[in-house]
Amino acid sequence: MSHEQPQERPQDRPLTRWQRFKDNDIIWSFLHSPGAMIAAAITVFSILACLFAPLIAPFDPFDPSQISLWDGKLPPAWVEGGQPQYLLGTDNQGRDMLSTILYGGRLSILVGLAAVCLGMVLGVTLGVISGYVGGVTDAVIMRIADVQLTIPGILLAILINGIGRAFLPLELRQEFAVYVVIIAIGLTDWPQFARVARGATMVEANKEYVQAARIIGLPAWLIMVRHVLPNTLRPVLVIATIGLALAIIAEATLSFLGQGIPPTTPSLGTLIRVGNEYLFSGLWWITFFPAIALVVLVFAVNLLGDWMRDALNPKLR
Amino acid sequence: MFFFILKRLAQSVLVMAIVSAVSFSLFNFVGDPVNNMVGQDATREQRLEIREQLGLDDPVLTQYSRFLGNMLQGDFGLSYRIKRPVDQLIFERLPATLELVFVSAIIALVVGIGLGVYTGIRRKSWISRGILSVSLVGVSLPTFIIGIALIYIFAVHLRWLPSSGRSGTVDLGWWKTSLLTVDGWRAIILPAITLSLFQLTLILRLVRAEMLEVMQTDFIKFARARGLSERAINFRHALRNTLVPVITIIGLNIGGLIAFSVITETVFQWPGTGLMFIQAVDFVDVPIMAAYLVFVALLFVLINLVVDILYFVVDPRIRLGN
Amino acid sequence: MQFTKLLAVSVTALTVASPALAENVLRWTSQGDALTMDPHSQNEGPTIAMNGQIYESLVTRDADLVLQPELAESWEAGSDGWTFKLRQGVKFHDGSDFTAEDVVFSFTRANHEASDYKEQAKSVTSVEVIDDYTVKLTTDGPNPILPNQLTSIYMMDKGWAEANNVVAPQDFKAKEETFAVRNANGTGPFTLVSRAPDELTVLAANPDWWGKGMFPGNIDKIEYRPITNAATRVAALLSGEVDFVLDPPLQDVKRIETSEGLSVKTVAQIRSIFFGMDQGVDKLRSSDAEGNPFKDAKVREAFNLAIDKDAIQRVVMEGLSFPTGMITSPGVLGNTPENDASYGFDAAKAKMLLADAGYPNGFSIQLDCPNNRYNNDEKICQAAVAMLAKIGIKVNLDAIPKAQHFPKIQKRESDFYMLGWGVPTLDSHYVFSYLLDGEGSWNATGYNNARVNEITKAITTEIDIEKRTAMIDEAWSLVKKDMPYVPIHHQVLAWGLSDAVDIPIAADDAFRPRFAVMK
Repeated sequence: MSHEQPQERPQDRPLTRWQRFKDNDIIWSFLHSPGAMIAAAITVFSILACLFAPLIAPFDPFDPSQISLWDGKLPPAWVEGGQPQYLLGTDNQGRDMLSTILYGGRLSILVGLAAVCLGMVLGVTLGVISGYVGGVTDAVIMRIADVQLTIPGILLAILINGIGRAFLPLELRQEFAVYVVIIAIGLTDWPQFARVARGATMVEANKEYVQAARIIGLPAWLIMVRHVLPNTLRPVLVIATIGLALAIIAEATLSFLGQGIPPTTPSLGTLIRVGNEYLFSGLWWITFFPAIALVVLVFAVNLLGDWMRDALNPKLR
Repeated sequence: MFFFILKRLAQSVLVMAIVSAVSFSLFNFVGDPVNNMVGQDATREQRLEIREQLGLDDPVLTQYSRFLGNMLQGDFGLSYRIKRPVDQLIFERLPATLELVFVSAIIALVVGIGLGVYTGIRRKSWISRGILSVSLVGVSLPTFIIGIALIYIFAVHLRWLPSSGRSGTVDLGWWKTSLLTVDGWRAIILPAITLSLFQLTLILRLVRAEMLEVMQTDFIKFARARGLSERAINFRHALRNTLVPVITIIGLNIGGLIAFSVITETVFQWPGTGLMFIQAVDFVDVPIMAAYLVFVALLFVLINLVVDILYFVVDPRIRLGN
Repeated sequence: MQFTKLLAVSVTALTVASPALAENVLRWTSQGDALTMDPHSQNEGPTIAMNGQIYESLVTRDADLVLQPELAESWEAGSDGWTFKLRQGVKFHDGSDFTAEDVVFSFTRANHEASDYKEQAKSVTSVEVIDDYTVKLTTDGPNPILPNQLTSIYMMDKGWAEANNVVAPQDFKAKEETFAVRNANGTGPFTLVSRAPDELTVLAANPDWWGKGMFPGNIDKIEYRPITNAATRVAALLSGEVDFVLDPPLQDVKRIETSEGLSVKTVAQIRSIFFGMDQGVDKLRSSDAEGNPFKDAKVREAFNLAIDKDAIQRVVMEGLSFPTGMITSPGVLGNTPENDASYGFDAAKAKMLLADAGYPNGFSIQLDCPNNRYNNDEKICQAAVAMLAKIGIKVNLDAIPKAQHFPKIQKRESDFYMLGWGVPTLDSHYVFSYLLDGEGSWNATGYNNARVNEITKAITTEIDIEKRTAMIDEAWSLVKKDMPYVPIHHQVLAWGLSDAVDIPIAADDAFRPRFAVMK
């Protein structure tokens, strides 16, 4: 790695870094790992399908005026009694399962992404500051991170979520449920990011070009944002991917416990919880399809994360 | 050594101070505590009287120190919902949670290390590959889905095992155990497996990775060169060297099990502290929420302390580094 | 291979071993445990039902809800109260005698400031000991239905209460748990053996019970284990872990019926489910509409017509409900077929009525709903959201546990809410005084009709049955026209039973173990 780019053209830096990022062996490794390719394909496919749910889905399950109770509890189209317009059947309220899963998946992914982003922004910011400034600031931030890392994320998320809900007045509890969940999950995974970002920062901060930048009097925040931050990108990306899988599971778990997203706008976890009530009565599709969707989604993201970790870890190459 | 432990202790005290502050604030900022205690038709005078009695008009710091004092004596007040002392409730529920965690930990460790060693040694065999792929699925399966599936298959479909609850308990006076009766074991199997699965896959993958790394070290190569049997190499040398990190895992593992016991207990209606906590959240039963918060934090602080000390004792590198 | 074999062997070993029992043990479950064993502390269904197995009242109801003597053998009305002849030779579980003193004590306790039974007991102004086995209950004016109001006022032993410092029900100010929370000493057919709240409660048959041999029941031991999760509860029945589920979810009723060795019993319940609309406030709290649309009878009618009661019955309730047009069930004095007929479903007309009322584009509103109280409560509300959306009403659903939902109604903080009402007295007065009287403590609709208020008052003292019934009819017809509520349906109770046990189902959803027979 070389860092002799001209300092006076900082706006080119992101481009060149991206260039390098693309040209390196990650792509090579990716193209030679069928598992990674399949995983990426599934991940991209499901994320796209969910994000574009409003365009793909035959119905809008979040719009109550489109739901007819008389269509409730219909089995999948290929089962006797199923109707062709409801490919995967309908739920207990008459919502099309396929549409509901797409919308629910979208919600799950968005909540997962938002939570990871929150954790990432918080963690990387604190990590870079910690690594760059050092001293007491560093000690305080890293001790807090250490402490938090000792408590498993899911438990912390349940606790923060429970406390967050308790603080909200009753009327706002359902309205803000999504944000509480995002914050609860986001607040639990920042230490991972902070640790990695701090490590990368400390390596970078000692390099000559940063020293030089410091000598010519660039403000600390500018150095951090422009020079140090981009270098933390690779390891942070790995953690973010694995974190996404964990965040999706965490959201589903909270919703399953009845502490997450309300059933009027269900996420995958909420769907599984509601469907679970109908499992014994033979309406298996209400819980089965969302469960499969969730597992496939998380599995794909995990697979991707696994591969990324191996690809970016020089020790295993 | 002394300095090291002292430092850790100081850290633990700090954690507990933060946690107790959070749980104190729960009491004071989540709703009006008086409203949670009086009936619907209480008069204004009654409410004021209770405020006075509870000392809610004192300065916040006075209230906090009083809360700390009570907390140190294990006094968290009465549950809003069932009007019983919270510390008693937690201690009644504790054996159920700890036994569940204990059985799960055994399953996770025995099976996890076993399969980890196997896949580490026979890394090319198709069984190993199969186990590894399944393990990745295991990491991706949310605990509650595993629980539902197990109930459906083993309790409802095959009717082999009970679907929920804890039965066959024997009261030892200070501890109610369900591990002494057949009924008790039948009831604990499904929740324990559910709880252990996630940790099991983690341990499996970690032990395997450690094994692979150790197998490539020089001293294993030397051992091989000396003509030792495969068996001796695998178990006397390789496995032993993977044990140091495994000790850390046990600590984290128990922590993870306690965390996920909340979910498992909910799915299986296992009468432990986790189930109690979730029910308390539903009812905004603040005394239980606050006590659980403090209690779990304490548990984690203790586990980490023990692990740190163990690690320190087992691994000379840390001792020297210090 | 070895391992799987071992597993198979050990699993079989575990399955085969099941205890051989000589006695009849009934294992049952329901959603919520009793909150306390103190009989006067919490007026709440599961608590009353649990305590009713251990404690007894002067008068009780059998499974057909007919009044029956329990601790009183006979009673008669006087001009200012009622005289009760007590059963003789009754002993509490600790061996002490049940006498008139205990009745006085129990009423004093039920009327205590910290009691949750004040509402039922308050018309009894004093209790007088005539002799050891006769008491006179003086009421504030003539009370024709007093015995109906006494079925859940349980009798406690004065001596036991004094000895254990539980003379008063547990107070909200208490710092400690009182003795009566987990200990009980009644006169009933079962004694409390052990109690782990929310976990397991064990009761044993009382060998010295006065009613021994008078009832068909042959249960020696009851093990009650609450299971919150509905699916898990049904799983316990399907897998044979329990013999009786009080409240299987309706969607699983068919599954239980078709399972071998299991059956379902159903009965129309004395409980009606409805939505309340607050027409009393000047401005709705949760709505974007100007003022209060509910003040306009057209809007209330539109809401009534927009809800498809039949769809709710068929899809949400699995057929297990009776759509209705009034808020009290058949079996309660005052329910008539004309008033019981549903308002019907007509979305087009509803939309027109809204437009007439000045809301052609509808408005938004919050619907407050419990999620753990009535059969499929949250799902009914969800269905209503979709139905109201079709006439342009944008409903924001807030479904929360009952413990938080009910205070909202009692404090009148809700614009639009779900409520269910059972009538233990089987008389309309219970409905009028709580739900329709302008001052009714559960009337959060602000409905205040002078004539209805007048009738509510008049029927408490009217002894002429014919006149009284006519007044009740008149009031119900007024309510039918004014539509302060949106009636949905009367609930149907379904109990899941194993074939090993026979328990008569009762419309008040109370489990009466004295009638339970193990085969």
